[in-house]
Amino acid sequence: MSAVDSFRFLPRSFRSMYENVVPLDDETSPVWAPFQTRLAEASVALLSSAGLSVAHEQTPFDLENERLNPFWGDPTHRLIPHALGQRPLAMSHLHVNSRDTLADRNVSLPIDVLDDLIGEEVIAGAGPAHISVMGYQEAGLAHWRSQTAPAIVELLKGQETSGLILAPV
Amino acid sequence: MPVLARRIEAAGIPTCVVTMMPEIAGRLLTPRVVGVEFPFGHPFGMPHDRLTQRHVLRTALTVLAGAQDVGTRVDIDTEWPQSRAEAYRAWQPVEPSPIVEHFMNPDRR
Repeated sequence: MSAVDSFRFLPRSFRSMYENVVPLDDETSPVWAPFQTRLAEASVALLSSAGLSVAHEQTPFDLENERLNPFWGDPTHRLIPHALGQRPLAMSHLHVNSRDTLADRNVSLPIDVLDDLIGEEVIAGAGPAHISVMGYQEAGLAHWRSQTAPAIVELLKGQETSGLILAPV
Repeated sequence: MPVLARRIEAAGIPTCVVTMMPEIAGRLLTPRVVGVEFPFGHPFGMPHDRLTQRHVLRTALTVLAGAQDVGTRVDIDTEWPQSRAEAYRAWQPVEPSPIVEHFMNPDRR
C-alpha cells in the first residue's frame, strides 16, 4: 500500500477546507519533547476527540448548544478512568456516526488493548485517567489553547504520564 | 487535534497523533503522526477487530517512543475491510451535522 490517502473518506465538498490548511500564526515552530524512558517502563494515556463521557456518571458534551449555533462545539473535556470496567461510555458527537464506538470502545479509546499490552509488559501502565474532548473546534480553539490544554498538561504531569496517544475521530 | 498535541508536547509530554488525515497533521507541524486509511470515527479500526486495534496502537507506541525527528510520520499498511462507498455511508452521522444542515438548508437559518 502507498501512503495513506488523507481524503479518501472525506466528502468532496469538504476537500477544499483542508487542502490548503496552514498553521496558525503562532503555531509555525516545531515542538518536540523527547521520550525519556523505555517503553516497558512507561505509563501511557489516551486522548480521544469522540466526545466520550462515562454514561450516567458524567455530564455529556453539550450538543444542544451546537444545534442552536452550528459554528460552536463544546470545548470542555472529560476524564475517562482507565479502570472503567464494564461501565458504558456515552458518545456526544454530531459529525460522525457513534454506532461502532458504542459497540466497542476500543474503536476510539483502546483501553482494553492497552490492558493487553500492560499484561504483556510492552508498557508498564496506563492512565489512571484518559481524556476525551469533542473534536469539532473552530470557535472553541481559544478555549482549548488557554484552558483545556493546560488542564490536560497538569493532569498528565500529576499522574506521571510518560507519553500521550491522541486520536481524532 | 494538532493544536492540542503541540501544546501538550511544548509542555514536555511526548505525543503521537493517530489520524485519518496524516497529510493535514503534518502540515500543522504535529510532532509524531501515525496515518490510517480508515473511515472517520474509526481511528483504531472496526469494532471487535482486536488485531487491527492492537496493530495501530502498537505502532503508535513505537513511534511515540522511538521517533527521533520532529514530524515523523508512519502510515499503517492495513486496508479497510469494506468498499469505499460502504465505509463512507457507515461513518456518516444519522442526521446531517448542524453545520452541514446550516449550509444545505439556508432557509432554516
